Amino acid sequence: MAWFRRKTAGIHTKISQQINVPEGHWVKCPGCSTTINQREIGKNLKVCPNCSHHFKLSSNEYFELLFDNGQFQVYDDTLISVDPLKFVDKKSYSSRLETSREKTQLSDAARTAMGMIGGHRISVASMDFSFIGGSMGSVVGEVVTRAIRRACSEKTALLVIAQSGGARMMEGALSLMQMAKTSANLGKLEELGLPFMVLLTNPTTGGVTASFAMLGDIHFAEPGALIGFAGPRIIRETMGQDLPDGFQRSEFLLERGFVDRIVDRRELRQELVQYLDLILEDDPDTRK
Amino acid sequence: MATANTTHLLEFEKPLHDLETKLEEMRKLGSEDPAPELEASISELEERVKSLRSSIYENLTRWQRVLIARHPQRPYTLDHIEALTDGFVEMHGDRLFGDDPAIVAGFATFLGERYGYRDRSVLILGHQKGRDTKSRKYRRFGMPNPEGYRKALRLMKLAAKYNKPIITLLDTPGAYPGIEAEERGQAQAIATNLFEMARLPVPIVVVIIGEGASGGALGIGVGDRILMLENAWYSVISPESCSSILWRSWDFKEEAARALKLTAPDLMEVGIIDEIIPEPTGGAHNNPEAMYEGLGKVIARHLKSLEKMTSKKLLKTRLEKFDAMGAFAEE
Repeated sequence: MAWFRRKTAGIHTKISQQINVPEGHWVKCPGCSTTINQREIGKNLKVCPNCSHHFKLSSNEYFELLFDNGQFQVYDDTLISVDPLKFVDKKSYSSRLETSREKTQLSDAARTAMGMIGGHRISVASMDFSFIGGSMGSVVGEVVTRAIRRACSEKTALLVIAQSGGARMMEGALSLMQMAKTSANLGKLEELGLPFMVLLTNPTTGGVTASFAMLGDIHFAEPGALIGFAGPRIIRETMGQDLPDGFQRSEFLLERGFVDRIVDRRELRQELVQYLDLILEDDPDTRK
Repeated sequence: MATANTTHLLEFEKPLHDLETKLEEMRKLGSEDPAPELEASISELEERVKSLRSSIYENLTRWQRVLIARHPQRPYTLDHIEALTDGFVEMHGDRLFGDDPAIVAGFATFLGERYGYRDRSVLILGHQKGRDTKSRKYRRFGMPNPEGYRKALRLMKLAAKYNKPIITLLDTPGAYPGIEAEERGQAQAIATNLFEMARLPVPIVVVIIGEGASGGALGIGVGDRILMLENAWYSVISPESCSSILWRSWDFKEEAARALKLTAPDLMEVGIIDEIIPEPTGGAHNNPEAMYEGLGKVIARHLKSLEKMTSKKLLKTRLEKFDAMGAFAEE
């Protein structure tokens, strides 16, 4: 009689649902199962005060957290997806887009901004999981590309904050090509010798991992973030066995050599500044 | 005319096959005992076979093309290499961990003279599937591990060093979704190839010869020309996986194939591919020789047009090509 037996340990509410709970409500932390006040988490950069579980942040929250004095200028938020394939599954893609835009007040799953971090001018692209799972379609590809180009034309560093379930199915092969487009454009950054930093957050999978998110000079990751190419479910199905504990988490990637540093969000800004200071040091000897 | 193959008949080909069998029987009968009535019904049946054939093959659904692209007798990478080149020297290993039989690669002489071009050394590589249970397993069904992508990149860099053009043949159900592939950086291996292939200063001709599933295909798919066989498919995900994710069931693969717009004509329309290479009626497996001939001709033409370009021009055009891919509006 398995009627009362739970299939998984603990009762989990989807994180996305928890984040959307209005301020003042209580949530159960998926990390330690403690019930915490939303406001409490909010004050702590959405990090659980008890176990340091990192809840998702929006692109805007990252911008506010990272830019000096929370000052930044947003670009490219006028780009919108156009449903080139007239894609319909259970719902039409255009209605999904409309719902997402309304719900999130975002134009798509990535935004770019420029500003200063530790006194260094920098181009930042940041993704939003709340918009169709942070999936990469034509708009995300173009937005990230423009962030790269802006870094190149202004000779600044580039930071990409990745948060994505992968490529956006509803744009078919056009989504796939965004992997090539973004990766190809990073070549210009390389030629100009400009620093490229990536922050991997929970989750970063699929086509985003297999393109710009794995091409940084330095890879920072938030603790416990799921990072991989194939999702755990599909691997489980292929292998027909359970996955090892901690598989595809930040700590696992650090151990395997794909992440440089795991950084607590509360120290993230300081870490970025430190790296930028080192790399962008004004040293006349290194200028040719 | 290709004789129908009963062992690997696709479901939608059965009515045609039945009719063809009937025609064969009647012809046999007619040769043994010629009679005017029989002659008349034979020619009537011939007409019916002809019209059924064109009604099936000229109106293939997207899903039917997926089935043709996966046909177990379809020419694979090594078959194309064998037919289009001479003196293939297969090279192995990524120099880091191991060799991956799901991708084959090496230098060979592309036999371009037949097509009004010239014979010349190239690097040719592609995903490789197996023909029987044992070799399918050995080739991991054409699903590469990171070593495959790294081997491909190692050799593509050699091609750049030797100033040889590169031909890549895509035919994979996807990069291998395994624990070890993840441990060894499947995503990083693919990403690095995208980055590096955009910068290789030699011509790259990419041909989707069968299945082009997702990043696993694109991992050797950045180039100056993207060509596609008529019945190949290329998309961000396989119809089955798409069905499983969006419909939450495996049963909507045909709808998914339709929605994904994954065929060569579809991709031509959205500007992802440069040219569709026609296949023999019913698919490449029905007449492999004609397929090789058709493919060889097109590759020769593109190699010829690319060799006139300087490296600088080549790289600039390649980047612009991928920059132009995508559809969005600016409010």
